Amino acid sequence: MKLIIYTALFFFLFSYSCNQHDKHDEKDELVELPSNSIFNLNSKWQNQDGKEIYLRNLQGKVLVVVMIYTSCKTACPILISKMKNIASKLNKDDINNVSLVLVSIDPETDTPEHLKEFSINNAMDKNPWIFLRSNENATQEFANILAMKYKKISPLDFSHSNIITVFNSKGQLVTQEEGDINVDNIVEKVSNTILKDF
Amino acid sequence: MPTQKFTLQIKLLLQNSLLVVEKYKCRRFVIIVPICFLLFFIESCIKEENTEHKSEKTQFLNVPDSLYLIKANVKMVYIKGGNYKPFFGSNTATVNVKPFLIDERPVTNKEFLEFVKINPQWRKSKIKKIFTDNTYLRDWPSDLELPKNAKPDAPICFVSWYAANTFAKCAGKRLVTLDEWEFVAMADADTFNARNKPSYSNKIVDLYLQKERQYNSVKQTAPNYWGVYNMFDLIWEWTDDFNSVLTTGDSRTGKYDDKNLFCAGSATSATDVMNYAAFMRFGMRSSIKANYTISNLGFRCAKDTL
Repeated sequence: MKLIIYTALFFFLFSYSCNQHDKHDEKDELVELPSNSIFNLNSKWQNQDGKEIYLRNLQGKVLVVVMIYTSCKTACPILISKMKNIASKLNKDDINNVSLVLVSIDPETDTPEHLKEFSINNAMDKNPWIFLRSNENATQEFANILAMKYKKISPLDFSHSNIITVFNSKGQLVTQEEGDINVDNIVEKVSNTILKDF
Repeated sequence: MPTQKFTLQIKLLLQNSLLVVEKYKCRRFVIIVPICFLLFFIESCIKEENTEHKSEKTQFLNVPDSLYLIKANVKMVYIKGGNYKPFFGSNTATVNVKPFLIDERPVTNKEFLEFVKINPQWRKSKIKKIFTDNTYLRDWPSDLELPKNAKPDAPICFVSWYAANTFAKCAGKRLVTLDEWEFVAMADADTFNARNKPSYSNKIVDLYLQKERQYNSVKQTAPNYWGVYNMFDLIWEWTDDFNSVLTTGDSRTGKYDDKNLFCAGSATSATDVMNYAAFMRFGMRSSIKANYTISNLGFRCAKDTL
């Protein structure tokens, strides 16, 4: 009797471990990045908590990305209010699958402490908000990915194009709005992307 | 590795079950001890697999493709810098260009071949789509073969900004900034700033109009005042911040129809409307994207002075 029980137990454990193997294989496939994903960029970034991350650490959520600098008095506040507008128009279930990312074009001034302070002052210090800064070359590279133009015109001032970009959870570009940004278009695209991805 | 463990696991299972059969008649604990051992073993095996897998995953997530340094044998020229009037900007604004070193000539086919040899992820067949359009190294018959008839010391073209930027990193350098490039470009053979000479712009435009210049070898023409070769006569060049040209369409008047596109956009407008060659360059820069690869667009590197 005992023998039967133990043998059964063996087989159970045996098959269990087999299942584990299968699962691993599936996971491996998921990790494979598309060749046109922004997660292929190898630059290091710091978030508002001073934590070092790679862009690929953002995978798994739909990303709404804008490049700004916090000392901007002209267009950036508009961009930021548009981002907030997007956040408020997304429904609650969708918000959990989205990261709203603000990338600084002024890494010198926008230290993690500075970004943290800015996020608190603007009530953007909780999920889904992420602030990022890196070095100048990585910032340049990222701006190029967005086809965003910017130029330092004085120590505290930049000219820059106004673009909000949506990436899917694998880091592939879904859509961009430039200039007069239509928030509703972006919200719609984000919702559609979430439907596809999750 | 997992299959080895797997077979080992099966062997142990069999051995232990035989053991169980043999010792069935013996006291209970004799049976239970190996079974416990076996259970523990399987359990730990599964756990091990899990952790192994996890570490593999994090490795994939966090460790970037490593880049390998390349030897840079090109002579670099010291440029002492100074104030200059940028082509775009208000009439009174000057920009201070700090001292820097610049490659005396553009990067060549041969050098780029060396770069992709030791950095396989930048080969024609391996490059990630996000870093290029579909004409990267267009005329190369294969990953490690220059085009037929291509001169090894002709400037490399059909490279994206990302490829140029990475090459520069691997050479321990960086791309030339737009201001640095334009600063050096002010020179003719005799003076460091020849912009006011009527012949200066015309000569460059003439050069720009010649076709198929990019197939010629570097350093076959006279250097400029600084000792820098081939600023105009072979190719156009990527600059580090080529994306800092914030204009759309015709910007000669400094009036923008697309004010919404750019924050503080009108702070930049042409200062020297007679410099037609510069218009061509800036027009080029404002119209390209970093993943573009073009038949006569190459690059050279620069470096900060210590």
